[in-house]
Amino acid sequence: MNFEAPSIDYAGIAPIIALTVGICVVLIGGTFKSLRRAVPGLTLLTLAATAGLLIWQWGESKDLVAGALRLDDLAISISLIAILTAAFAVLLSLREPAAEEAGPGEYHTLLLGSVLGMVLLAQAYNLVTFFVALEALSIPLYILCATNLRREGSLESGLKYLIVGSVGSATLLYGMAFLYGATGSTGFEGIAVGIAHGGLIGDPLVMVGIAMAAVGLAFKTSIAPFHQWTPDVYQGAPSPITSFMAVATKAAAFAVFIRFFDVALIPEASDWQPALAVLAAISIVVGNVGALGQDSLKRLLGYSGIAQAGYMLGGIVVASEAGISSLVFYLAAYAFMNLAAFAVIVARERETVFGDDIRAVRGLGAERPQLAWPLTIAMLALAGLPATAGFIGKLYLIEALVEGDYTWLAVFIAIGTMISVAYYLRVVAAMWMSQEEQAVPAIAGASPEADPVDPEAGRRWYLVGPAVFAAAATVFFGVIPQPLVEFASRAGSALF
Amino acid sequence: MINVLLWLPLAVGIVGLFLPKRATGWWATLGAVATLGVAIGMVASFDSNSAGLQHTVDIAWISGLGVDYSLGIDGLNLFLVVLTAVIWVGGIAFAAIREQERPQLFFFLMLVAETATLGAFLAQDLLLFVLFFDLMLVPFYFLFGAWGHDRSGEGGLTAPAATLKMIVYTLIGSLLMLVAAIATAIISADGGHLTFSIQALQEQGLGLGSERWIFWFFAAAFLVKMPAFLLHGWMPDAYRAAPLPALIVFSGVLAKVGAYGFLRVVLPVFPEATVEFQEVILVVALASILYGSVMAFTQTNVRLIAGYSSVAQLGFITAGIFALRADGADGAILQMVNHGLVVAPIFLIVALLVERTGSEDIREMGGLAMRAPVLAALFLIVALATLAMPGSANFIGEFYILNGLFQEKVVFAVIAISGVAMSAYYALRLYQATMHNRKADGIASREIGLRDGLVLAPLVLCIVGLALYPQLILHRTDASVKQTVTSVTGGPAPQAQLARTEEER
Repeated sequence: MNFEAPSIDYAGIAPIIALTVGICVVLIGGTFKSLRRAVPGLTLLTLAATAGLLIWQWGESKDLVAGALRLDDLAISISLIAILTAAFAVLLSLREPAAEEAGPGEYHTLLLGSVLGMVLLAQAYNLVTFFVALEALSIPLYILCATNLRREGSLESGLKYLIVGSVGSATLLYGMAFLYGATGSTGFEGIAVGIAHGGLIGDPLVMVGIAMAAVGLAFKTSIAPFHQWTPDVYQGAPSPITSFMAVATKAAAFAVFIRFFDVALIPEASDWQPALAVLAAISIVVGNVGALGQDSLKRLLGYSGIAQAGYMLGGIVVASEAGISSLVFYLAAYAFMNLAAFAVIVARERETVFGDDIRAVRGLGAERPQLAWPLTIAMLALAGLPATAGFIGKLYLIEALVEGDYTWLAVFIAIGTMISVAYYLRVVAAMWMSQEEQAVPAIAGASPEADPVDPEAGRRWYLVGPAVFAAAATVFFGVIPQPLVEFASRAGSALF
Repeated sequence: MINVLLWLPLAVGIVGLFLPKRATGWWATLGAVATLGVAIGMVASFDSNSAGLQHTVDIAWISGLGVDYSLGIDGLNLFLVVLTAVIWVGGIAFAAIREQERPQLFFFLMLVAETATLGAFLAQDLLLFVLFFDLMLVPFYFLFGAWGHDRSGEGGLTAPAATLKMIVYTLIGSLLMLVAAIATAIISADGGHLTFSIQALQEQGLGLGSERWIFWFFAAAFLVKMPAFLLHGWMPDAYRAAPLPALIVFSGVLAKVGAYGFLRVVLPVFPEATVEFQEVILVVALASILYGSVMAFTQTNVRLIAGYSSVAQLGFITAGIFALRADGADGAILQMVNHGLVVAPIFLIVALLVERTGSEDIREMGGLAMRAPVLAALFLIVALATLAMPGSANFIGEFYILNGLFQEKVVFAVIAISGVAMSAYYALRLYQATMHNRKADGIASREIGLRDGLVLAPLVLCIVGLALYPQLILHRTDASVKQTVTSVTGGPAPQAQLARTEEER
């Protein structure tokens, strides 16, 4: 009897191996007191190694692990966005009270664990890896949200995220069961074949499955009306983690959203397209209206994230190569814009007593231009004004939508953007058009929390550097978008 | 050279950020003058017989999306570019004479605004045009908001609030325009090669069904920008909040971008919808003329008098364009330049008046001519030009417009003529109330300073120069205008009667 060992494509799974090894090293390193200071460095090293291996695989298109994973340019580009975000989060976490309290080893291990989930999720090609990766991504985040042990808000945020996230996962899993039951396959391509050739188009079982899967994914990507957790969780979580969640989670969840809908469910496209379009429109309205009048910058970005998710969902709705490319472009641009904003928020949180309240950035233009410029650019870019990557992103998305005969959704994006200007510019106005807020003298015996953690945070390289870098990238890709357009169009052509 | 023209202001502005505070104003002035020099060079090398684009640049910018970096000059935009350069010199020099807060940033933003405006005029790619059109807003948001005046004590808005109102209003139009521009390209490409080149879009054409809604998306953007009647809600608050140097360039040039957009984009690319909605737009234009005029002679705030008079003038210009005749459009372009050259000095003079009286209310002004004959004389020239005194270029511009309108739509022309009469009233009212009458208490009647005079006098000289030789503009715009109008009307353009007699003379 001949026995053939399964061939394993080590090159393909090298990024996953590197991350896993990194997780072990960081976890063990964190237990030694002498190595504790090196933990952020080791984390960054792991991320760099993974990114390097991913870039090495750029242009490949292959099935891994018996078709459970698919490594292509879409997976690689989304993974790179997630890794970049994680690297930012590591820098922003330096001297973060949450990281100190939870223990740097554990904190960074969890962060890397979540990144591993994202890298897997971006490659997921059957229902099992899809679900496992999604949980690998989520569970570390539930804990990370609650790492600021002394703040009630942080614990509440973790618990809320856990409950809502679990509901989302459960719904998704239920939906998957329906799809498996209908098509008899767990592989994405198998599901597509099952639907197309099994006479299942319009089958109620499949439709219920699709609906539940869409709801589950909408929870993860904070699409309205499944968004209620977003502002609370964003506000309560430690800010570096919020930045990570806002960008990387969204990127990874959208990656699988794309793969699941545009590969596995593509035969049913004409049924789910209008439904997703309506969800996108609701998100745009709810997010943009909700963000008006928010005083907490993190809540504001939470609502803005809901609206932006609505814009991005448009890329999936049209189910075309242009749609996916524009979505990936928008995700990359979104990463830069949000990271610049969050870096500034983290700096001001430590520098002032106002936390993430909008008062913290009043008069910033005169006081700390090195922070005011990045935040200004981030806000203008999120509002989609020209000469930023945000404008090109909107242009790309609208082009895909009009091409896909969803002009009405494009008009919705335009209207949503118009509303959004009101709250984004409010932040800009606070920075440049009002005086610095004078802190009310602390009442004697007030809690030590009221004192700024680090009055010089606005000059720290690890906060100013990322902010300036991300803002510069936002402007650069707004003026010379061609490299990023090519990056995104490679991702789009991986599927179609 | 066209690249230099476009990017020079921005480059100067960036360098200015790193100069010492005292030097930035003069450095920025120098940059604006240099830009003007390049613009004049463009006029000198312009071939007035050609209707096509000159000095073109065309490079693929985002090839995946079909967007090109494409610039060019023809009769439609040549003098608007010159106007931009002239007015910016005035605005920046005026600001440089005075002390500004955070001057590096102020002049940087002024110069960014100049690049954006020039970009909107020069762009020959529809998307590039939209991009620059939107970009113009950003520097003005900061200029109005951070250097503006708080009017919340006078029943108005704070500067940031007034500015936000302006931004939201204008973005309504320009975001819809973005969607419309993309739709235009995609529909006209019809699955083929996607391009945003205005010329290519003009040749490919759209169906009337798509043209209809796209026309209104574009019209919304341009009418808000002007502003036209019913879409002018942002104007009073923004004009009251704005710092005067920024307002000089804003009202002098930015309003014209809207009117220019009709000529550059709407007429050639959506000809059928243009004909279909000609009368609707004409009604809006006439409403703007009447409403703007009436408001201009009831307001007492000098800024608002000038602001509402602009509404009326832009109504004239729109009417000229939508006469859909070569003489009307010729007159519209001439009148855009005229109006820019008139309204900028008015705001300069307003600034001087405010410095002398400490008030912006004409009821608290008066008698300034007593000790300031030179200022009064300059103001008189400007005021007479505003009311389109025969002999001024404004007279010729309005005459062309009315002539075009008269041959096409008599009723509209008759109503529009009343606007001419009303303009005499508000221009003279403004002049008399401030310069004549009895001198109010607490007013220092001072002669115009030498440096202010050096800013104001050249602008007035431009008005006089154009009055003497309007062919400078008409001669060069005619070929392109005929081509544009022909693209709408189909057949050969009706011969511009007046243009011929002018040339014979």
